Formats: sequence, C-alpha cells, structure tokens
Amino acid sequence: MSEESIISLKNVNKWFGDFHVLQDVNLEVKKKERIVVCGPSGSGKSTMIRCINRLEEHQEGSIVVDGIELTGNLKNIDNVRKEVGMVFQQFNLFPHLSVKENITLAPIWVKKMPKAEAEELAMRQLEIVKIPEQANKYPGQLSGGQQQRVAIARSLAMNPNIMLFDEPTSALDPEMIKEVLDVMVDLANGGMTMIVVTHEMGFAKTVADRMVFMDEGKIVEEASPDKFFNNPESDRTKLFLSQILHQ
Amino acid sequence: MNEMNEVRKPPVATTGIIGWLRINLFFNWTNSLITLFVVYCLYQFIPWILDWTIFSADFKYNYLGEQITNQEMCSRNLDPENGGACWAVIYVRFYQFIYGFYPKVEVWRVNLAYVMLAFALLPLLYVKLPYRKYFLYFTYIFPVIAYFLLNGGLGFTEVSTNKWGGLLVTLVLGCTGIALAFPIGIMLALGRRSKLPVISMMCTLFIEFIRGVPLITLLFFGMVMLPLFLPEGIDMDGLVRVLVAVTFFQSAYMAEVIRGGLQAIPPGQYEAAKSLGMSYWRMNLLIILPQAIRISIPPIVNTSIGLFKDTTLVIIVGILDLLGIGRGTLADTNWLGLSYEIYFFVSLVFFIFTFGMSRYSLYLEKKLKTGINMGAD
Repeated sequence: MSEESIISLKNVNKWFGDFHVLQDVNLEVKKKERIVVCGPSGSGKSTMIRCINRLEEHQEGSIVVDGIELTGNLKNIDNVRKEVGMVFQQFNLFPHLSVKENITLAPIWVKKMPKAEAEELAMRQLEIVKIPEQANKYPGQLSGGQQQRVAIARSLAMNPNIMLFDEPTSALDPEMIKEVLDVMVDLANGGMTMIVVTHEMGFAKTVADRMVFMDEGKIVEEASPDKFFNNPESDRTKLFLSQILHQ
Repeated sequence: MNEMNEVRKPPVATTGIIGWLRINLFFNWTNSLITLFVVYCLYQFIPWILDWTIFSADFKYNYLGEQITNQEMCSRNLDPENGGACWAVIYVRFYQFIYGFYPKVEVWRVNLAYVMLAFALLPLLYVKLPYRKYFLYFTYIFPVIAYFLLNGGLGFTEVSTNKWGGLLVTLVLGCTGIALAFPIGIMLALGRRSKLPVISMMCTLFIEFIRGVPLITLLFFGMVMLPLFLPEGIDMDGLVRVLVAVTFFQSAYMAEVIRGGLQAIPPGQYEAAKSLGMSYWRMNLLIILPQAIRISIPPIVNTSIGLFKDTTLVIIVGILDLLGIGRGTLADTNWLGLSYEIYFFVSLVFFIFTFGMSRYSLYLEKKLKTGINMGAD
C-alpha cells in the first residue's frame, strides 16, 4: 500500500507546550484519494493537515509527501508546498490585491510565469470556480462564498497534486455553503487528491473514499463512508455522529 | 397611492446650511454662547493679524519710501504708531535663509537640486503620473546626482558643507533622514520579529538603545564619537556625522512604527503566503509589508514630521539650518529685535512643509482605502 501512497504519516507526534495534540498518528493517502477528516474541535484534525504542508512542525515520526520527507530542510519544505494547495477556514485572501492579482501572484513570483500567461491562467481558474466576472474586484467587495472560491482558484493556479481543505465552509453563511461545496465536488470528480476537514456530512457521503475520525489527538476510526455512517465501530464515533446528524 | 412610492425626504430643518448651523453651532444655549464667543475672538484677532502681517507691514520700503537696510529703518521703529511687521529682514537675508553661505556663483547648483528634488518626489507622490516608471528611475539616482551637484566633484567645484545652511540643510537632513530611515526601519522591524534569536536580539538592542537616548545626545555622539570608529586619516564630514545620527534616530522610531503595523497582520496572511510556496522575503515584500505599511501610514508620517522639525536641533553642534540662520540674523546688530518677524517666517516655512506632509498622508489613506476592506477578510 505504501508504494502508491502520495502522503504518508507514520507515528506522528506533536505537542503545543505540554499539550499532546497529535498522538501516534498514522495515515496513508493514495493518489486521487479523497479523505474527509472529522471530529470534535480540539481533536487535532486541523493540526494534522497543517503538518502536511509544514505550517505546523511535527516533533516525532515521519511525514512523506510525494516522495519528499518533511524535515527542517527548507528546500524540501518549499518543494512540498509547491505540490500541496491549501484552503483555509478564514479564506486568507490578500486584501490589498484584486482577485486576479491574488491568483497570479504566486505563479508569477514562485513559478516565474510570464504575467500575460498567469493572467490567462487566473481567468481559467475563475471560470472553474464560476466567478470570472469578479476578477477585478477586491476581496473586501465579495461575499464569503465568493471569497472562498477565489481562495480555491488561487490554490489551483499553482497546479498542485494535493489539496488540503481546513474547514472551508465553517465561516460561511448557510446560503453560501453550497456554492463552495459544488466547486469542491467538481474538483473531486476531476481526480484531485484531497484531504478535507469538514463537518459537512452530505459532502462527505458524496465524495469521500475514506472517512477519518479523530478525537483527542488520535485517529479513532478509519472507514469507508458507507461503513462509517451506517455501522461505525467505536462508541466515540457513534456518539459524535448522533450529535452532529441530529442538528 | 402614488405618494407611497415617493422617497421621503428628511425634515428641512436638519439639512442644508440652516440645518448644519442649527445642529453644529446653535444646538442649545451653551452651544450658542460658545459659538458667539469664538466668533467674537476671531473678529478681534483676524483683522489684527492681517493688519500686522500684510496691510501695515514693510516689505522692502518703509512708510517714508526708503529701502530698509537695518532695523532702525523699519516703520515701527521709526514711529511706533505706524507700521506692523518689518519683513525687510527676510528680504535682505533671503539668500542666507534659503542657501546658507553657499557661494553665489555656484548657487544655480542648489536651485537645480531643488527643482530635481521636486521631480524626484513627483512619481512617489502621484501614482497615476504618466511614464511613472522612468520618473522612478530618476528618483533612484537623484541622491547620487544631488550629492555631486551640491557637494562638488565630477567637474563641479567643491563646496564644503560648512558653507551650507538654511533651508538647504533642513531639506538635506529631513529628506535624507526620512528616505534612509524607511528601509532601515523596515529591516529593523522584520529583524526584531525574526525567529533567529541573534538577529532579533541585535535589532532589539539597537532600537532600544537609540530610542532611549535623546536626539541631542545622539548628535553630540555623532560629532565626537563617530570619528573614533573610523580608520586614522579619514575625516568624516560634519554634516555626514549629523546625518548618521539623525538617520539612526529616525530608523529606530520607524522600526517600532512598522512593527506595530506588522503585528496587525493576521497570521492567516502568513500561512496563505507560505502555503503558496513563497519564501520569507517574497512573503514579506509582496504580502505582509504592503499591508503593514498601509496600516502604519498615519504614524509613519507622524514620525517623519517629527524628524523634519527635530532637524533644527543640529544648531547645537554648530550647523546652521533654517532656524539657525534665523537666530544668527537676530544676533546681528543690524537686525536686533526683529524676533517676531524671523520666528514667524521660520515657523511658516516649517508649517508649509509639515502641513503638506500631513495632507499628503490623508490623501494616501483615502486613496488606499477605496475598495479594500482591511482585516475583514
């Protein structure tokens, strides 16, 4: 299994001060696999995916992304970040740049793409997320859903092999969640390797190849969506599911 | 039911000039009383100041029609009943106020430098300038041109800096100090926030030391101590020593101002930049600093205005800036007793420059705010 893994976490441990936030986490993700990670807040799910592109540093164990091991080596970190795109809960668009500039910035400066080519690319990405007409606006002029779609387009413009989503719809008004999820479903159907931290169980049922449930820094259960929702093994998972599905 | 669709207008009494007057000046009886009192004060003051500065003032000739060459010939000294300010002192000493003791034959060089300074500032102040890129190239090489132009070399006769004075010194100190302190301040601010303890400690030490010492002390320091650090035989120009002190002083303040701006940038901005594969420098240059500097415009301009005025302190190390020339003129027996006129003139010149800076910062703030909802993303 591990030969074809594009992401491989082995016995990953991390502490925030004395707080043991990740405890012996093991996870193998295959190419084109879609993983949905869920769990109560504080369970370490965000920290885990932030370790994958080294926004957080793990202290023990190994993380290998597309054959590159994440260590203190800055070159490796840069290479991994070029492979991995990330979408944040708070969008984190650059407010001083227009939508188009938000998308072209990294291709121009990190990939050394000519400006005209980058702009063409930006427009293509905006078509994909269905808001080409917003290209010249500033993030502050867009709705939350539109901002998150720009953030997805910005990530995609770097042509990543893997996309990480850190609660991409948690900061959105209910009306806007669907427009973002639709884009993510398209992306999943297009064959992107995705790890999504979310509580959108409808989305999970539609696209996930595998569900990962975390609690208190550990992966408690890993199963196919079918088994996870209908026949979970652990009591903790059952309790969690009963709580969020009743909402 | 047509009226229902009409837009209801606010009551007449709250709009227009009448409404404005009523709300702002005559809201209740205390408010009215204060308004009337202020109007009375202005009524007393404005005619008096206009009369003193303009209508009864001497500019070149006194009320007898003679050209004024010393303070005894001022109208108000000939006849206390007659005449206001005696601006002739400024007229006669104008050259010194603007150029100091720069040789008259070479003064075109200073004039040219002033004109070039205006052109160098143009692309910085006015972003929509056509061909701005080429103007900017000029701005970058302007300091070098100005150095040779003012100081000499490259075929120009040398004019030693002890002959410089007045507005020339004020502008050289103010512009160089502000222009150099800005990049140094940015580096210090980034350095202080660096994760590398040695860099962070060095920057913190520098900032805290410079900020903890009065500018006057730093000026003495520059005058007396700086030559000690130089190899023997190399003499450092007096003005340069002062410039070093002024730049250090300003950099430390600028660093703290920019650090304040940096702290206002949400961590998500750093994370987004990193996740896109940006290096430390790209992230700071393209994402973090543009936002941090934007936030810090009011305090940046504030400290810059402060420095521009603080350059007057160089008088204590024997350099005659605008105020220094003014004090020198007052010490001249020909012009004894004209302190009102001289201080008024010096204040006015400083005010024109600082007020310009202040208005420019307001314009910048307004311009950069349009369409950008900072911090709400």
